Amino acid sequence: MVNLTKDEVSARIAKNIASLFNEAEDITFINLGVGIPTQVSNYINNDNVFIQAENGMLGVGPIAEGNDIHPELINAGRQPVKETPGCSYMDSSTSFGMIRGGHIDATVIGAFEVDQCGNVSNWIIPGGKMLGVGGAMDLVVGANKVIIAMTHTSKGKPKLIKECILPVTGYGEVDVVVTELGMFFFEDGRVILKKIAPEIDIDYLRTVTGFEFEVSHELNIMEP
Amino acid sequence: MTRKSKIMDIEQAISKIKDGDRIMVGGFGLRGCPDDLIDALVATNRKDLTIISNDLGSPAIGLGKLLSNGQVKELIGNFYNWNPDVADAKNAGNIKVTLIPQGSFAESIRAGGCGIPAYFTLASAGTELGNGKETREFNGKKYVLENALTADVALIKAAKADELGNLVYCKSARNFNPAMATAAKYTIAQVGEIVPAGNIDPETVITPHIFVNAIVKGVQ
Repeated sequence: MVNLTKDEVSARIAKNIASLFNEAEDITFINLGVGIPTQVSNYINNDNVFIQAENGMLGVGPIAEGNDIHPELINAGRQPVKETPGCSYMDSSTSFGMIRGGHIDATVIGAFEVDQCGNVSNWIIPGGKMLGVGGAMDLVVGANKVIIAMTHTSKGKPKLIKECILPVTGYGEVDVVVTELGMFFFEDGRVILKKIAPEIDIDYLRTVTGFEFEVSHELNIMEP
Repeated sequence: MTRKSKIMDIEQAISKIKDGDRIMVGGFGLRGCPDDLIDALVATNRKDLTIISNDLGSPAIGLGKLLSNGQVKELIGNFYNWNPDVADAKNAGNIKVTLIPQGSFAESIRAGGCGIPAYFTLASAGTELGNGKETREFNGKKYVLENALTADVALIKAAKADELGNLVYCKSARNFNPAMATAAKYTIAQVGEIVPAGNIDPETVITPHIFVNAIVKGVQ
């Protein structure tokens, strides 16, 4: 078992996703979804990485507080943000043109479920109060890599499952899933565990994961 | 002949809207949302409106006011999570709601404004939102056909207009406003400031005045 607070879980997931970008030697454009994905920016320390927000901004800065809040400047999660030097604004159709046109290297999004085929469900729970799809369906098909940031389980049940039950957002689009327990890479129809949480072993991880996965010969430990 | 002015008071501009009209409204998460125009539309009590917008504000805030006031027949948009009244009204059978992925929603408006009736996109292919849509395979992948969106009236917000109706926006308040300006028969722009023609650098104009029919000086 892993006893982490909700904040520690979010921070661990965000930190380990940031590590995927912190080694980038080329200019890299990423889009961050609402929730844990937004926190990824807190851990990026690579000037090659630029953040895009689908509501029309390239070069999104940190969350704005106090006097730094501008009434007309938010990210796609409605949080006030700051500008970065060289940032730009564009209208929504141009913004999604960037996404659909394959110009965004990676999107980081949350999910309700991911299955062994790399299908992801993250837009609706039927019968609920939430009625919206947002940019999720455009992002998963448009971004070159889809990285899922989510807790490993929900109310004790695995969120990594054999076949998605909830309405699917995109089919076979997932490249990486990062939870507080492991980092799973979807490559050519295989699911490979490349990093594992420091507190657990593979046998335990299998008991809380709903599908079979391979273990990398170079299995590493996640950042705590 | 002296040039006809597009600058008018808000009631005169909003009087263009009739019962049953399709209305595009700019804004994303309350930014770039023409609040004065919405308030004026609420005051008219026009009914059976189809509202084409990204979201519907929050309960009784922004576009949410139109729903609270019983003026909405149909919503076409993509993200109503910020206003749970929408799910309630739909579940009660009071309104029709059509969800379109946000990128397709934006592109459909852009297409509507530039004479393209439909286009193919990967977004929603195979999903619940792609159900019933025509599909075609390109490069081994299945795409869905999305139709353009147009409207009777567009209500948009810009930071500044010149007296002709050239517009510039402010930061993330730009969002859907420029595309919507192009896709309606009649576009009303709520602006923070009106300057003489020639006072906006032509290189910085985002919406050329050909797309704007009425300019209203906003207070919000």
